[in-house]
Amino acid sequence: MDIINILTVFILAIFVGFEIITKVPPTLHTPLMSGSNAISGIAIVGAIIATKVGGEIGTWLGLIAVIFATINCVGGFMVTDRMLKMFKRK
Amino acid sequence: MEYTNLAYVLAAVLFILGIKKLSSPKTARSGNTIASIGMLIAIIATVTSFDLLDFKLIAIGMIIGAIIGATFAIRVEMTQMPQMVAIFNGFGGGASALVAAAEFFSKYGTAEQTTFLTGTIILSIFVGTLTLTGSFIAFGKLQGFVSGQPIVFPGQQILNGLLALSLIAMGAYVTMGSGQEMNMFYGVILVAAILGITLTIPIGGADMPVVISLLNSYSGVAAAATGFVLMNNGLIISGALVGASGLILTNIMCKGMNRSLANVIFGAVGLEQESGGGEAKQISIKSSTTDEAAMILDAADKVIVVPGYGLAVAQAQHAVREVAEQLESMGKKVLYAIHPVAGRMPGHMNVLLAEANVPYELLMDLDQINPEFEDCDVAIVLGANDVVNPAARHDTSSPIYGMPILDVDKSRTVIVNKRTMNPGFAGIQNELFGFDNTVMVFGDAKEMLTTLHKDLKEL
Repeated sequence: MDIINILTVFILAIFVGFEIITKVPPTLHTPLMSGSNAISGIAIVGAIIATKVGGEIGTWLGLIAVIFATINCVGGFMVTDRMLKMFKRK
Repeated sequence: MEYTNLAYVLAAVLFILGIKKLSSPKTARSGNTIASIGMLIAIIATVTSFDLLDFKLIAIGMIIGAIIGATFAIRVEMTQMPQMVAIFNGFGGGASALVAAAEFFSKYGTAEQTTFLTGTIILSIFVGTLTLTGSFIAFGKLQGFVSGQPIVFPGQQILNGLLALSLIAMGAYVTMGSGQEMNMFYGVILVAAILGITLTIPIGGADMPVVISLLNSYSGVAAAATGFVLMNNGLIISGALVGASGLILTNIMCKGMNRSLANVIFGAVGLEQESGGGEAKQISIKSSTTDEAAMILDAADKVIVVPGYGLAVAQAQHAVREVAEQLESMGKKVLYAIHPVAGRMPGHMNVLLAEANVPYELLMDLDQINPEFEDCDVAIVLGANDVVNPAARHDTSSPIYGMPILDVDKSRTVIVNKRTMNPGFAGIQNELFGFDNTVMVFGDAKEMLTTLHKDLKEL
C-alpha cells in the first residue's frame, strides 16, 4: 500500500471521527472516552504482528504490548458496558 | 493477506457504527457491544493471518491482560473513573510505542529501513512514550499518590523547551542517518518519557479533565502513527477516531473553563491565586436551616438541582435523588443542571448521577438548562461554586470572567449548600452567596440532604 493511499484513509477517518463524535451528547462523554480507550487497544493487532516478525527482541516487546493492549480492550469495553447499563429512563 | 485487510475495514466500520450509536443513551450499550465485536474480528483476523505464530505466547499475554483489564473494570468506583481512563490511556500509548520499537529493532540496518518507516517509528515512540508517562503522572495526581497541586520550579518552561528541541534533533538524526544511531534512538525514548512527566506535573488537579482528554487524544495519535509504521488501515482508522474524539473533548473542557489549551498546559493554575482575589469584598450572607429550605421548596413548582464535585466527594448522589423524588411526589418539576466541568472528566457527573438511578432525561447540559432558570422557583446548588459565580458574566477583573456559567441567580430563590465559606478552585469569593435571593445552608451535602428529605416528608 503506498503512502498517499494510507494518508487518504487517515485524513478521511479524522473527518468521519469529527462528524460522529460531535453528535455524542455530553451525558455520554465519559463512556465515549472509556469506549474510545478500548478502541485504541487496536494496537493489539500491531502487537501480535510484532511477536512474529520482530525477532527475539520483537517477541518480548510484542508480548508486553499484547498485555497492555489487551488491558485496554477488555477493561475499556467492560467498564463502558458497566456504565451504560446504569443510564436508565424514568 | 487480502482477507485480513478486509477484516480490518469491517472492524473499522463496526467501531464507527458503535460510536454512532453513542449518540443516544438508548442505543449506546448496543453500540459498545458492536465496537467490541469489531475488535474481536480484528484480533481473530490477525492471529489467523500469520503462519508460525507463537499462539501460546500470545494467548498468555492476552490472558494476563484480560485478567488485569477485567479486574480494573469490575472493581473501579465511578468516582475513580478519571484515574482509570488515565491509566488506560497510558497502556494504549505504551502498547503503540512498544510495537514501533519492535519494528525498529527488526528493520534496523536492513534494506527495509526507509526514511518514512524510521520517521513514523520515531513519531509513534515519541507520542506513545509521552502518553505513557504523562498518563501515569495524571493517574498519580487523581489517585493522590502525587500532589494534586501544580509542581513548578524556576526554568521549567525552558527545560521543557530544551527537552522538546533535543527530542526533535535526535529524532531527525535517527530518521536521516544510517548506522550509528542506536544510542540516539534510546535517547528519544528517554527524553519522551521525561517530557511526559515534566509536562504533566505543573498541571493542577482542577485542570485534570483537560489533561485526560488530551492524553486520550494522544493515545489515538500514537495508534495511528503505529498504523503508518505497519501500513495497517485498521490501526490508522481507529487511531484517527480516538485522536479526533480526544481532541473534541479537550476543546469542550477548555471552553467549559474559558481557558486556552496553552493556558491549561503551561499556566500552572491553582498556585498564584492569592493575588487573584486581592480586594476581597466583604459580602453578607444569610445562613439558614434545612427546615426553612424545606418550606421554600414546598412553595415551589419548578426546582433545578445543580450538583458540583463537592456532591460526589460527600457521596451524596443517592441522597440528592431521594430529595428529588420526594419533591416530584409533591408534584414539583425537578431538573438537574450539569456544567461541562462539574466532574473530574467530561461527562463524569452524569455517570455519577446515573449510578444513583437518576433518569438521564432529567440531566440537562448548559445550553439546555440556562433558559430554564428564568421561570425556576428554586435552584439548589450542591457543592458547586465557580460554575455558578455570576462574576463570570460581568466582572472583567475576575479570573473566571468569560467562563460559561449556570445562571442560577435568575431563579426566584437559590439555596446553596457548602461545607464552609472557603472559595472554590479558582480561589475567589462568590458574589452569588451575598445575593438577596440566596440562602446558604452550611454542612456536609449528604447530611444536609438526608435531613432535608426528612423535613420535606414531615411538612
